[in-house]
Amino acid sequence: MNKILANTGSKKINSVMDVLKRFFDSDLFYSYRQSTVTIVASILTLLIFICSIGAPLIAPQNPFDMGSLDLMDSHIPPTWDEEGDARFLLGTDDQGRDLFSAILYGSRISLLVGFSSVIFALILGVGLGLISGYMGGTLDAVIMRVAEVQISFPAILIALLVDGVLRTMIPDADTEHLAISVLIFSIGISGWVQYARTVRSSTMVEKNKEYVQAARVIGIRPVLIMLRHILPNVMGPVLVIGTIHLAVAIVTEATLSFLGVGVPATQPSLGTLIRIGNDFLFSGEWWITIFPAIALAVLVLSVNLLGDWLRDALNPKLR
Amino acid sequence: MTKPLLSVDNLRIEFNTRRGTLVAVNDISFKINAGEIFGVIGESGAGKSLTGQAIIGLLEPPGKIGAGQIKLNDRRIDNLPYDQMRKIRGKEIGMIFQDPLTSLNPLYTIGRQLVETIQTHTEMTVTQAREHAVDLLEEVGIPAAGKRIDHYPYQFSGGMRQRVVIALALCVNPKLIIADEPTTALDVSIQAQIIALLKKLCNDHGTAVILITHDMGVIAETADRVAVMYAGRLVEIGQVRQVVKKAAHPYAKGLMSAIPSLSQRSRKLTQIDGTMPRLSDIPKGCAFHPRCPECMDMCKENQPGLFNIGPSQVACWRYHDIKL
Amino acid sequence: MISNSKSSPLLKVTGLKQDFEVSKPLLNRLIEGQPRQFLRAVNGVDFVVNSGETFALVGESGCGKSTIANMVVGLYTPSAGKIYFDGIDMARLANRNAEMKLRQRMTMIFQDPYASLNPRWRVSKIISEPIQAFGLLKGKKAILERTGSLLRKVGLSARDGDKFPHEFSGGQRQRISIARALASEPEFIVCDEPTSALDVSVQAQILNLMTDLQNQFNLSYLFISHDLAVVRHMADRIGVMYLGRLCETAPADDLFDDPKHPYTRLLIDTIPDIEMTGRERTPVQGEIPNPMDPPRGCPFHPRCPLVQDHCKTTQPVLTSIGKSRRVACHVIT
Repeated sequence: MNKILANTGSKKINSVMDVLKRFFDSDLFYSYRQSTVTIVASILTLLIFICSIGAPLIAPQNPFDMGSLDLMDSHIPPTWDEEGDARFLLGTDDQGRDLFSAILYGSRISLLVGFSSVIFALILGVGLGLISGYMGGTLDAVIMRVAEVQISFPAILIALLVDGVLRTMIPDADTEHLAISVLIFSIGISGWVQYARTVRSSTMVEKNKEYVQAARVIGIRPVLIMLRHILPNVMGPVLVIGTIHLAVAIVTEATLSFLGVGVPATQPSLGTLIRIGNDFLFSGEWWITIFPAIALAVLVLSVNLLGDWLRDALNPKLR
Repeated sequence: MTKPLLSVDNLRIEFNTRRGTLVAVNDISFKINAGEIFGVIGESGAGKSLTGQAIIGLLEPPGKIGAGQIKLNDRRIDNLPYDQMRKIRGKEIGMIFQDPLTSLNPLYTIGRQLVETIQTHTEMTVTQAREHAVDLLEEVGIPAAGKRIDHYPYQFSGGMRQRVVIALALCVNPKLIIADEPTTALDVSIQAQIIALLKKLCNDHGTAVILITHDMGVIAETADRVAVMYAGRLVEIGQVRQVVKKAAHPYAKGLMSAIPSLSQRSRKLTQIDGTMPRLSDIPKGCAFHPRCPECMDMCKENQPGLFNIGPSQVACWRYHDIKL
Repeated sequence: MISNSKSSPLLKVTGLKQDFEVSKPLLNRLIEGQPRQFLRAVNGVDFVVNSGETFALVGESGCGKSTIANMVVGLYTPSAGKIYFDGIDMARLANRNAEMKLRQRMTMIFQDPYASLNPRWRVSKIISEPIQAFGLLKGKKAILERTGSLLRKVGLSARDGDKFPHEFSGGQRQRISIARALASEPEFIVCDEPTSALDVSVQAQILNLMTDLQNQFNLSYLFISHDLAVVRHMADRIGVMYLGRLCETAPADDLFDDPKHPYTRLLIDTIPDIEMTGRERTPVQGEIPNPMDPPRGCPFHPRCPLVQDHCKTTQPVLTSIGKSRRVACHVIT
């Protein structure tokens, strides 16, 4: 019994090693190594990810904990300024929040909203795209007409609209803790069309390939054909769109928060921080808005560069 | 002996990849005389299309000529700058591709494409060039050529389109035409028409043809001499009759007998076991030795060159056993 | 007709038709006031395939031979006509159970070895799919053993099951396709141009393998090809198709020794002469008509050297000549 367990164990390790070996030997990893920009972008992205996930451990202060804030500490410029304070690396805002901590916690919210809405849009879009492309006919026509109508409006407008409608439907008491879910839903729903259109066209190519016909000949059900055969073969472009969409979703969230319809001020995201800082820009307290803005720009740019690289690396025509 | 029209000496085509240099065509030499139809046959990946592309200077990077010379009328053409090669292309060497759709610009009428090509290489005026184009289209068997000249490529069927491509290749009377699988994309009944046309035109114009194909039937019908390629090397060059009826190299022999015969029906076809090696692991010595039924020890170590055996050239260490 | 054979035919096809809609989108049709347009890819075809034999359909591209293959295995639903497999009407299956029972007995081998295997699946998973779909074996170990033995049967090794399709050459992939086809233990295999994407020497390997397997498992083949030499080698009986119709069916030897229909004659005439007997060949004149707008009467009449007046107006029907041959021609009777 133990022997069998050890055997399956070593087999698992072997297969993991196998996958790793294949990865390091792959063209994808090669093209990654060739591109310095991509390496820098991925390191930056990883750094921001780690810092924001580990925010409670890294940040000197919890900006959500109202008790730890002291109004006496408000409006302090960054450390290197003459009036700076060693406790607050990037200065503080009007409520005495340490900006460095606020940025770490803020990017956590930004990433949470970004990722969740991408996943939501991806599942919705890929699902509808698969059905549309595989089934064809009336169902396809309906789904695609809806998609076309939606894509003729700017995504931010859709997100604003959905967000506004949902907010009026939710009782006031719940607004606070449902705000993030509402935001994720509105950003997600504004982005599914791209996935659906891409997946639909790849599905229409794949479904006529002979391996799909072979599965149909032996009577595999359509749902299984879509999930087991077609889905894995159309995921390449989806991954690229997903990465670029992550950057867009983060910006959309920041925009909504900047406009004041995003996350509540008690859980400030990068967009919220920028909005708060914006009020103080003309009174000379530039740091309150500039640092969150830089953080947002670096995050979005890095993710975008990663997406660009992934698109080029996965596109056989450019190789 | 007359001077050859084209001579290829020790040509080597390489691909630099990140896993090292792949040798796609390895040290091949052959000569083509004026007016001759020279067949190049081999299975996919044998390097026959690359050889054609190298001659006309259209090797796609990362492919490049690693060594050797290509001479047209005693003038080296493998190291010419792009601009000079462009003048030779079309004027002295024409090209016919497998897919007629890709060699015609879908946005221009065929007349415009013909006239443009003619004017690039000759001094003709537009009217003269157009007249010449109509003549050519008639010659390649396009009915109502005067009217059809103003049609777009999509308005022609596959066979007709390939006729237009032939007219395009012939329009400034090149000395040599490289035809890369000219009939593969066509239906059998159309295929026969195109082969007959190509043969007749080259006869009339005295044009030499390098006919690259995987279809031995096409070669047997059309070519004067044939070169058999395997894994980037030449294994046999000889008169078509000789190679088809009595191939000397074990691979060529196997290839000929693997073709299903129309006249008799046997239950079992002769087959060559195994598959052609990938470019990344071509075996040492003779590339064919792992599949060869007559393999000897020295075949595993040393690569045979082309030996003259009667009228043929054969790259096999058993050359002294071969009687032609 | 061939019905004089003792056993009833394994596959019987009668009056088979297939129309494809090639209309413009609904909105364009409404605005431009155009009717719906159809392309008749297959126009009234009947033939039988007997148990253990190879029946081949030959013809040039667009003649409808692949469409028939797809209808027989159920990938397309016929617009008209019936397909009987072992006496069962394939359009009237009681339930999924009956459908799966029938599907298990027939399968298909495809043309393109690069597209017929899912690039993201390991070979063992590809081959085991039919085994699991039909519930032929239970248990991982039993299935793995079976895929291994199938791979050995087609000339590969059991270890190849762990690899992905891209690690194989075209010929080896076609072997994997054949192993998958054998996995469901079928009686009848539709082979749609199984070797036309392969090189000659590999083609010989695959054809030999298919012949061996036919003898070993008493398989029946419906063999679709455009290559007359291959068909000559493989088929017991041959049907020649032109523009969606059968113009001649005959035993292979009779067809090649003494082709009757003018199209068959010309088709045989166009094969490049590898034997170099020096015979003069007459290429077929003209081109295949547009199937959207087929000629009236006999579809071959614009290219036919024997054409007569009534060929241009009346369509010939398949008529028996002798005991095993049928020809659709007004002139040859």
